[in-house]
Amino acid sequence: MAIFIDNDTRLVVQGITGRDGAFHAQQMQEYGTNLVAGVTPGKGGQTFTDGPEPVPIFDTVEQAVREAGANTSVIYVPPMFAADAIMEAAEAGVELIVAITEGIPVLDLTRVYPFVQERGARLLGPNCPGALSPGKAKVGIMPGQIVTEGPVGVVSRSGTLTYELVYLLTQAGIGQTTCIGIGGDPIIGTNFIDTLQAFEADPETKAVVMIGEIGGTDEQEAAAFVTAEMSKPVVGFIAGQTAPPGRRMGHAGAIISGSAGTAEEKMQAFEDNGIAVMKRPSDVVELVRSAL
Amino acid sequence: MNIHEYQAKDIFRDCGLPVPPGEVATTPEDARRLAEQYGGTVVVKAQVHVGGRGKAGGVKLAENPGEAMEHAANILGMDIKGLTVEQVLVTPAEDIDTEAYVGVIVDRASKRPVFMVSREGGVDIEEVAARSPEAITRLAVDPRYGLLPFQAYWLAASLYDDIKQQRAAAKTMMSLYDAFIQSGASLAEINPLITTPAGEVKAIDAKMNIDDNELFRRGAIAAMRDLSAEPPSETKAREADLTYIKLDGDIGAVVNGAGLAMATMDLIKFYGGEPANFLDIGGSSSPDKVIAALEIITSDPAVKVILFNIFGGITRCDDVANGIVTALDRINFELPLVIRLTGTNEEEGVRILEQAGISASTSMDEVVQRAVVVARGE
Repeated sequence: MAIFIDNDTRLVVQGITGRDGAFHAQQMQEYGTNLVAGVTPGKGGQTFTDGPEPVPIFDTVEQAVREAGANTSVIYVPPMFAADAIMEAAEAGVELIVAITEGIPVLDLTRVYPFVQERGARLLGPNCPGALSPGKAKVGIMPGQIVTEGPVGVVSRSGTLTYELVYLLTQAGIGQTTCIGIGGDPIIGTNFIDTLQAFEADPETKAVVMIGEIGGTDEQEAAAFVTAEMSKPVVGFIAGQTAPPGRRMGHAGAIISGSAGTAEEKMQAFEDNGIAVMKRPSDVVELVRSAL
Repeated sequence: MNIHEYQAKDIFRDCGLPVPPGEVATTPEDARRLAEQYGGTVVVKAQVHVGGRGKAGGVKLAENPGEAMEHAANILGMDIKGLTVEQVLVTPAEDIDTEAYVGVIVDRASKRPVFMVSREGGVDIEEVAARSPEAITRLAVDPRYGLLPFQAYWLAASLYDDIKQQRAAAKTMMSLYDAFIQSGASLAEINPLITTPAGEVKAIDAKMNIDDNELFRRGAIAAMRDLSAEPPSETKAREADLTYIKLDGDIGAVVNGAGLAMATMDLIKFYGGEPANFLDIGGSSSPDKVIAALEIITSDPAVKVILFNIFGGITRCDDVANGIVTALDRINFELPLVIRLTGTNEEEGVRILEQAGISASTSMDEVVQRAVVVARGE
């Protein structure tokens, strides 16, 4: 078992002929993901041949769903077209939409989110590294070589910091069920609680690593959820303990104004809810070991 | 991106908000001329991107043109929280009966634009929220329909009892929502929205933050960026597509990814060091980005050591290694380098560095500890 993506994932890549889209389509297919289609308007009828197996390209996501049976989409299109691409996937009946694109205007997301929800789809991201279920499927940009199969679920707001922690686990021989990057933007489709809920329901996940950062209150709410709804142990990390207040630290979400959303506040919320808190990334191995 | 009060007021006026006239002056003489033009008492207001201008002495009443010139002379060039005042806004003073607060923000939790209004204006809204949260009325807007007239009226009715003022305020709410959406703002604020003894409703202050991700489609707003209001190193970083924030320490850090960059700063502190900056070279890094990053960091005289922490995902270690080697050729600096390279194309990256006589580690803990030791001069 895994969450969100597994052997049943039938993936369509939106923006498959772009530089990033083509590179990652190839990487995902090499990892073993069932890549069934690509979409680039105007290039329908062509074939994507960069990966180990040829993949048909369609003009629209609707065609990719109808003709190739796609149920999951990953989006690499530029910010100005990304909101439309997400809504197209939802309208076409895709169940899981993973938006990698960084730089989508937040007001676009205020319209995209209810649109996607009303169509019963799940949006992961935007501005996220995607999801990776070791040995099953990789959707997004996480490097496949740093993961290994095992009992730990990982959920994070960041990209490379996730790789850091996952790699430390893998080097210590502790594998993962699924690694999820929920994205760093102020408005995201899937939050910590949604992901924790899925890990709680997944029988193979025995412990969860939650990686947060400054800004907002998602981590505090997730911490309360852990106490109220979770039986599995959770280990946490918060990035940005030394960030100066009010400055944008790369992620639009990482803004602290006043006292709301500081690292201190979040770490306290973790501790208050029985979540073991790492002081530095390398603490992850010991804390996860004792949680298991 | 922050814009100045006078720029936000221009946008507000274009959208039909009741904003009194006003113009910026860059010299005391300009301020005198403007005061003369308006006649009567004027306010001279520092235009800087920080709150607390009034407390810092950056907002003054002037009863005549001579006084306006005097105040402008004092305020221009003044340092407010590290920023130098280059412009002042000169605007006629208003008689104030009541002061209210009106703001719109993009709310993460409800994933919608949210209005916040309060009868307690003219003070920090954070203070009001902490002291008496019930004094703030909140309303989430469904962005697909926009602010509906009845919603605007609900907000207005929570501020005023007089029907004329309610109507004027409702119209102000509608216009403010337009300004917010049309500008791609993440925050638009009127603090205070006043009533005058004659019963008029007026917006006498304006604040807007623009979502950086909107700038590609809003050229007129992007052109409002005031380069003098940010450190030159941050301008250079933005142009090279890097995120850079200068801090006070002596360990310069080059990292890929915002989360890892923050965690690197935290780990520097954990081991007793002080980061000189936050710098994220982002994904898919070209050697040029690495060169720009090194140029920016080496221009900070406080930096004693440069720490690279690269976890290759989209970023390729060989690109970063090539950037480092090229930068060492192209720019002259004596600073020691401490490098960590892991992930995509790690072996090639390490080999490129070794050929140039530079060693690299694969552990984040190890390089950060080493950088702290080097910075101490041990």
